[in-house]
Amino acid sequence: MMQQVSSDPLLKVENLVVEYAVGGRTVHAVSGVSLEIARGETLGLVGESGCGKSTLGRAVLQLRKAVSGKVLFDGHDLTAMQGDALRKMRRRVQLIFQDPIASLNPRRRIGDIVAEPLVISGVADPAKRKQIVDDVLSAVGLDPALVGGRLPHEFSGGQCQRICIARALVLNPEFIICDEPVSALDVSIRAQILNLLEEMKARYGLTLLFIAHDLAVVKSVSDRVAVMYLGRLCEVGPSEQLFASPAHPYTALLIEAIPVPDPDVRPTQSVPVGEPPSPIAPPSGCRFRTRCPRADARCVDEVPELRMVAPGQFAACHHPLI
Amino acid sequence: MSDTLLSVEDAVVDLPTPRGNLRAVDHVDLAVGAGKTLGIVGESGCGKTMLSRTILQLLPKKAKLSGRVMFDGQDLLKLPPEKLRKLRGRSLAVVFQDPMTSLNPVLTIGTQLIETIQEHLELDLAKARQRSVELLAAVGIPAPEQRLTQYPHQLSGGMRQRVAIAIALSCEPKLLIADEPTTALDVTIQAQILDLLAREQQRRHMAMILITHDLGVVAGRADEVAVMYAGRVVERAPTPALFKQMRMPYTEALLAALPKLDAAPHTPLPAISGRPPDPTRPLKGCSFSPRCRYATERCSTEKPSLVAAETPEHLYACFHPIAARVPA
Repeated sequence: MMQQVSSDPLLKVENLVVEYAVGGRTVHAVSGVSLEIARGETLGLVGESGCGKSTLGRAVLQLRKAVSGKVLFDGHDLTAMQGDALRKMRRRVQLIFQDPIASLNPRRRIGDIVAEPLVISGVADPAKRKQIVDDVLSAVGLDPALVGGRLPHEFSGGQCQRICIARALVLNPEFIICDEPVSALDVSIRAQILNLLEEMKARYGLTLLFIAHDLAVVKSVSDRVAVMYLGRLCEVGPSEQLFASPAHPYTALLIEAIPVPDPDVRPTQSVPVGEPPSPIAPPSGCRFRTRCPRADARCVDEVPELRMVAPGQFAACHHPLI
Repeated sequence: MSDTLLSVEDAVVDLPTPRGNLRAVDHVDLAVGAGKTLGIVGESGCGKTMLSRTILQLLPKKAKLSGRVMFDGQDLLKLPPEKLRKLRGRSLAVVFQDPMTSLNPVLTIGTQLIETIQEHLELDLAKARQRSVELLAAVGIPAPEQRLTQYPHQLSGGMRQRVAIAIALSCEPKLLIADEPTTALDVTIQAQILDLLAREQQRRHMAMILITHDLGVVAGRADEVAVMYAGRVVERAPTPALFKQMRMPYTEALLAALPKLDAAPHTPLPAISGRPPDPTRPLKGCSFSPRCRYATERCSTEKPSLVAAETPEHLYACFHPIAARVPA
C-alpha cells in the first residue's frame, strides 16, 4: 500500500484478515494487515502475546487460511493456490519455531530429520541427500559425523535450534519466517543463535520475517520493524528511526517498558495501565485507545489508517508523537 | 550486616540422578538484610531455583543438603516440619514463575486467599474476606469483590500473577522470594508487576530475593546482585559495582551478550561460545574456564574461591579478574 519499500518486494501482504472461531465466538486475530518485505531484507514483527503476530506468520505460509486479503510471494498469490502448486511454492518459504526441542521428532535421528524436506521434495538419491545435509549441518556449526546418527534428546536447546535452522535451510529457500526463534534460549546461547541467523542470511541470501516479543532482540537483527497490537499494525519503520523516535504511543510504551541492564537507569513509572483487551471483542476505532494516554473521542469512532509520519516510517494513530 | 534477616552459609545441595550425583548448589553463602532486595541472576540450570528451594526447605525428598540457613534467628534446617510450615506463608513467602500452576485451578481466588489468611492469622471469615478484598485492591486488581468468586482460568496471566502476589503478601511476610516472577509475562505487564513488587516491598519494609535470568530486571531494582554459574555464586556485589566494576569474566560476557537497544541493527553480538558444563560431571577447575577468554592452565586445575575486591561487599571467584574500570 503506502509503505512501498521497493519496486519488486519478495513478499507483499495485502489487507490480510484472519479470524477463527473459539467456542462459537470469533477471534479477530489479524484484522487488515498490509506489509511488504524487500529481497534480502529482515523485517522484525513485534507485539505482545495474542497480538496476532504468529497467526500472521502462519497465514503467510497458508498454514492458516485467511478470511480475505492476499499474500503475494514473488508475485504469486499464495491465497489462491492449492495442492501441488502451493507445495512447490512452500519449498521457497520455511519456518523456524520457538521451541526447538518440541519441533523435532524425538524418535528420529538428526540426519533423517534434516533430510526429510529433501525426501518430500523428491531428491531421490541418498548419497546426494547426505551431501546436502552434511553441508548444511556444517554451516550451522554442527559436526555431521557426530550429530547425524543421534536423537534430539541428546542435544541442548541451543543445539536443537541449530538443527531446526539446518532443516529450514536444506531446501535452499529464499524466505524464512522465524517465529520467536530465541525466546526459549538462555542469554549466552541466544546471542550464538542470533549471530548464526545473521551469518546464514548472508551466506544463503535470505529474506527474513523475524517475529519476537523482545524489542532489543528484534532491533539487533532487523532492517525494518513492524509493531502489532490486537491484530492491527501500529507502526512500521526503519529500525533505528523507529526506536529513536517512535510515532505510535504503543511503540513508545513498549520501548519504555524494557528493563535496561544499567543501574543508573531508574525504571520508569509510566508503564501503560491495564492489559490488552480480548481479540474476541476488540475496542472500536483505534484498538489501543483503552490503554492510550492520548486517546480522545475520535479514537473511539474512527479507525486510524497507516500514514507516513517520516520518510519510510508509518504509524496508525490520530495523535502521533512525531 | 547487623540487621541480617536471612543468611545462607556454605549450602550444598546434592541430587542423586541416574547419571550420577548432581551438585545443584555448590558451597553458596548469601545474606539478605531486612527490607533489602537481593537479585540472583543466572541461566537455566545454574542452581538459582534450587537455592530458593533450599531457603524455603522445599527441596526434593532425595536431595541431600548441608550447611546452614538462618532466618530471623532460627536455623531452618533444625526446625521441626510443623514449625517450618507455620513459617512458610507467614513470614517467608514465595511467588513462582507460572501463576497458572502455582494457583489451584479448582478453587476460587477467594478460597485460596482466605485459606492462607485463616491458616496463619487468627481472623474470622468475615475479617479474612475483608482483608482479601483489600489485598486484591492493593495489587491493582479491578473489581476485587467479584474476583473472589472467580477461578484462576478466568483471569489473564498478569492478573493471575497479581493474585499470587496478593496471597504471598497476605500475612505480611518478612521475606518474599520471587522466582522469575515476570518471565511468563509480556513486557508491559512485566514492568507493572515489578513496579508492584517494589511498591509493596517499600510499604511493608519487606526483604526480597528476586531471582531472574534477565540482568535488566535486577539492574534498577536490587540493592545487591549475586551471579550464579554451575551451582556457585561467582560474583556478588552491590548493584552499581556489579554493573560498573564487574570482576568476573562471566558477568562481563553475560552483559555483553545482551542485544542493546542503542546498538545499530546487525551488530554482531559477543556470544559466549559453548555451553555450561554437565552438572553431573563437575570440572576440577573453574566451571566457566572452558568458555572463558581469559582462562589459563591454572583455571582448569584449580577452583577459584570467592575473594573480596576493593570493598568487602564485592566478591568474585576468578584468578584473572577484569581490572577495575574507571568509574563513569
